[in-house]
Amino acid sequence: MIELDNVGYSYGGGELLSNLSVRLTPGSFHFLTGPSGAGKTTLLKLCYGALHPTAGHVRAFETDMRQLDRDQTALLRRRIGVVHQDCRFLDHLTLTENVALPLLVSGRDLSSETDNLNELMQWVGLSGRADARPPELSGGERQRAALARAVIMSPDVVIADEPTGNVDWEMSQRLLQLLVELNRMGKTVLIATHDLSLIRAAKSQVQARVLRIANRQLQTAGADL
Amino acid sequence: MNIANLRTLLMGDKQADRVVPPTGFTAQLTLFVSGAMGFLAVFALALSLASGRLADRWADELARSATLRINAPTDQRADQTKAALDILAQTPGVASARALSVEEQVALLTPWFGPDLPLDTLPIPQLIEVIAGEPGYDLAGLRLRLVAEVPGAVFDDHTRWREPLVDAANSLRRLALVSTLLIGGALAGMITLAANAALAANAQVIEVLRLVGARDRYIAGAFVRRFTMRALIGSAIGVGIGMGGVMLLPEASNEGGFLTGLGFQGLGWGVPLLLPLLSGVVAFFATWNAARRTLKELT
Repeated sequence: MIELDNVGYSYGGGELLSNLSVRLTPGSFHFLTGPSGAGKTTLLKLCYGALHPTAGHVRAFETDMRQLDRDQTALLRRRIGVVHQDCRFLDHLTLTENVALPLLVSGRDLSSETDNLNELMQWVGLSGRADARPPELSGGERQRAALARAVIMSPDVVIADEPTGNVDWEMSQRLLQLLVELNRMGKTVLIATHDLSLIRAAKSQVQARVLRIANRQLQTAGADL
Repeated sequence: MNIANLRTLLMGDKQADRVVPPTGFTAQLTLFVSGAMGFLAVFALALSLASGRLADRWADELARSATLRINAPTDQRADQTKAALDILAQTPGVASARALSVEEQVALLTPWFGPDLPLDTLPIPQLIEVIAGEPGYDLAGLRLRLVAEVPGAVFDDHTRWREPLVDAANSLRRLALVSTLLIGGALAGMITLAANAALAANAQVIEVLRLVGARDRYIAGAFVRRFTMRALIGSAIGVGIGMGGVMLLPEASNEGGFLTGLGFQGLGWGVPLLLPLLSGVVAFFATWNAARRTLKELT
C-alpha cells in the first residue's frame, strides 16, 4: 500500500534519514517512535507526499510518488487521511466545516453528506460542538476533530503525527481506541509517537508493529517496549 | 482549462468560496481601484469618442467647403464678385457658391472687433462660400481661371489649417484610446498585486487545503471568483458614477466650441456599459495568472 524503498532524506546539507525501507501492508497497524528530532514527522511527510526523498523511492498504491504531478498528488491525499500534530484547522470555519473540508475540496455536495457527517461527529464525541470555531476547542477536541477530518473520505491509510501529544491520559486512550476501531474496519494505521505508554496500551488491543528511528535508520523495536 | 471547468469557475461555488477567508484590505483595494479605473475609463472613452466625432466632422465639413476672397478696390469689388460667381457656377464639381451678406461678414468679425463694427468704412474683402459637390472640382484649373479673370481673387480651400486641426483631433482620439488601454493595464497590475497579497496572506490556508486533497484549480478558482466579482462590482459603481458625471457635462453647442459635446451620443452610451465586463475579464486573467504562479511557488 505504502512502500519506502531505501529512502534517504537530506536537508540543509545534513542527512536526516538514510537507507530506510518499510512496507505498510493493507490493514496493518504501525507505531513509529524515536527521540525528538529523529525524523518521525519527516518520514510521515514522505509517506503522504508532502516531501520527496532525496534518495530511494516512495510508492503509494503502486505509484512512485515522485512521478505524480500536483493534481495527482492531491487525488492521492484523498486516499491517505492525516492527523497533523498541530491539527491544521481553518479558524474562520466551524468545526463541522473543518471536518468536512476534504469533502468540500473534492467537490462533494455537503447537503447529501449530512448523515455521514453527523455520524462521524458522534463517533468522535463532538456532536455538541458542531458550530464551535477551532480556537474555542480543547486539545482533546481538536485531536478528535482532526481524526474525524482524516477519516471522512474513508481513506485506505490513516497517518497520525503525535495524536496524543497535547492531551491527558484519558483522552489519549480514547484517541487510541478510535484508531484501533479504524484498523478493525480495515484501514492501515501509522502513528508517530514518543509516548511509549500509548504503545504499551495498544498492544492489548491490536497487533501493532513498532518501528523506531535512531541514527537516521529504521529499526523494528524490541519487546522491552 | 476546459469549458466545464470555466463554467464552474464563473458560476461559482458557495461552499468553495467559504473556504478562503475574507481578505480585508485587498477586498477594499480591489473595489476602490476597479471603481476609480472604471470612472476614469468613462471619461477617457468619452474624450476618445467625442474627439473622433470632432475629427470626422471637421474633416468632412472643411473638405467640402472653401472660401474665395475678393481683394479688389471698392469700385471693382461688385464686378469681380459677379465674375467669380459666374466662373464658379460654370465650374463642374462646385455644388453651390454664394457671396456672404454684410450681416454674415459682420458676424464673422464680431468676436474680434465687437458688435458695433462699421463694416462699410473698412476695406474688408468680399467673401464667397464655395461648397464642393461629389466628385469635387479641379482645384488647379479653377485657380488658373480665377487668376486670369478675377485678379483680386484669392482661393482658400482651408487645407492649410484644416490638416493640423484634424490631426490634433485624431491625436486626441489616439491619446484617449491609449489612456483607456493604460487604465486597463493599471487595473490588471493592481489586481495582480492585490491577488498576490491575498494569496501570500493565505499561504497557510492553501497548505491546509492541499493537505486535505484540494487541487490547484479548486484553490485558484476560489480566489479568481472573488477578485473577478470585486472588479466587476467596483467597476460597475465607478462607471455608473462616471456616466452620471458625463451626463452633467454641457451639451454640444456652437457657443461652447470645442469644450462642449465631450459626452456620448446615441449608441455611444452603450460603450461604457462594457467596461465592468472588461474589468471582470482583466481581473479574471490577472488573478488566474497570479494564482497559478503563486501556487507553483508554494509547492
